[in-house]
Amino acid sequence: MLDEALFQGELVRLVALDADKVAEHFFKWDHDSEYWRLLAAEPAMSYSKKQIKDLIEKELDGDKGDLFFFMIQSLQDWRIIGQIGLDGVKWTHGDTFVGISIGERELWSKGYGTDAMRVILRYAFTELNLQRVSLTVFEYNPRAIRSYEKAGFVVEGRLRKILLRGGRR
Amino acid sequence: MDLKRPLFDGSLVYLAPIDHEKDAEIESRWTHDAVDMRLLSFEPAKPLSPAQVKKSYEAIEKSVDGDKNLFYFTIRLRSDGRLLGFLRLYDVIWTHGAGTLRLGIGDPADRRHGYGSEALSLGLRYAFEELNLYRLSAWIAEYNTPALRFFEKAGFTVEVCRRQAINRSGRRWDLISMGMLREEWERSLGIGS
Repeated sequence: MLDEALFQGELVRLVALDADKVAEHFFKWDHDSEYWRLLAAEPAMSYSKKQIKDLIEKELDGDKGDLFFFMIQSLQDWRIIGQIGLDGVKWTHGDTFVGISIGERELWSKGYGTDAMRVILRYAFTELNLQRVSLTVFEYNPRAIRSYEKAGFVVEGRLRKILLRGGRR
Repeated sequence: MDLKRPLFDGSLVYLAPIDHEKDAEIESRWTHDAVDMRLLSFEPAKPLSPAQVKKSYEAIEKSVDGDKNLFYFTIRLRSDGRLLGFLRLYDVIWTHGAGTLRLGIGDPADRRHGYGSEALSLGLRYAFEELNLYRLSAWIAEYNTPALRFFEKAGFTVEVCRRQAINRSGRRWDLISMGMLREEWERSLGIGS
């Protein structure tokens, strides 16, 4: 039946915020270089609030109905704790990429990410009617790999030695 | 090497982005000190209003976003977040793993406290360990002996002397390029062989 709590899980819900609010959170999280290095292959960088806001607005302006980007809000205290989004939806193939991060590091390993992932997977499969969801994760991020496996992802392949971080591949 | 160790945080200072509202006022003040500006840059010293400084920030960020060969940080005091100076890695040539570094502490009262040294060590680590560069250069005017000593202490070597390249205070001065290679940086940290 129609699910009225489509955007809500057991620990978190997914919400949309204005670009300037999103920028406040990204600004704070990006200063944490470990967070960034777990999340992205690009060099860690702490961008100004203005830069982040401009970038988000540009993304939102370019939305052709295939951008599903949300902030993760804790149901416990309504704090914004992370972000999640589907990008690169290929409608003809029913496939999309998903990206997620929990910026508030004291909440790592507490199930928030897994819960948010379950919510967005349900959204992807039952509301967008996609056939598959893909993601990439770094070898040195076992916490994320465990979380994705819990949410039901399986390893499909590995890009050998693709990153050079901390002096090793 | 430890991926957990913060890249942007030292014990005295940290590297952070521009604060468009607060920084412009402070940097405008710096540009009114001609002696200082001549240490920081080879461009003609020129007082800038806060609005002009803000414009320059926008140009910097546009270049950071667009060209992908400029990395710009402000240097801030750990205890209160106050703006101390800037550090930029620029002219990065990715195919050769080479880049150039420039660093400045704006207010003379903030020099000789170890802020610049710590910021430089953060900048070096960022360049060699996060950008995976192989070498860095720094251009210093002959008359800027504190800067020459500063880079030498950090492990840079004089590589090039561009004779009489600068015309200031009624005479000509050499422009000196110092450089550092990855293995020299690693040695200075006691990493590797």
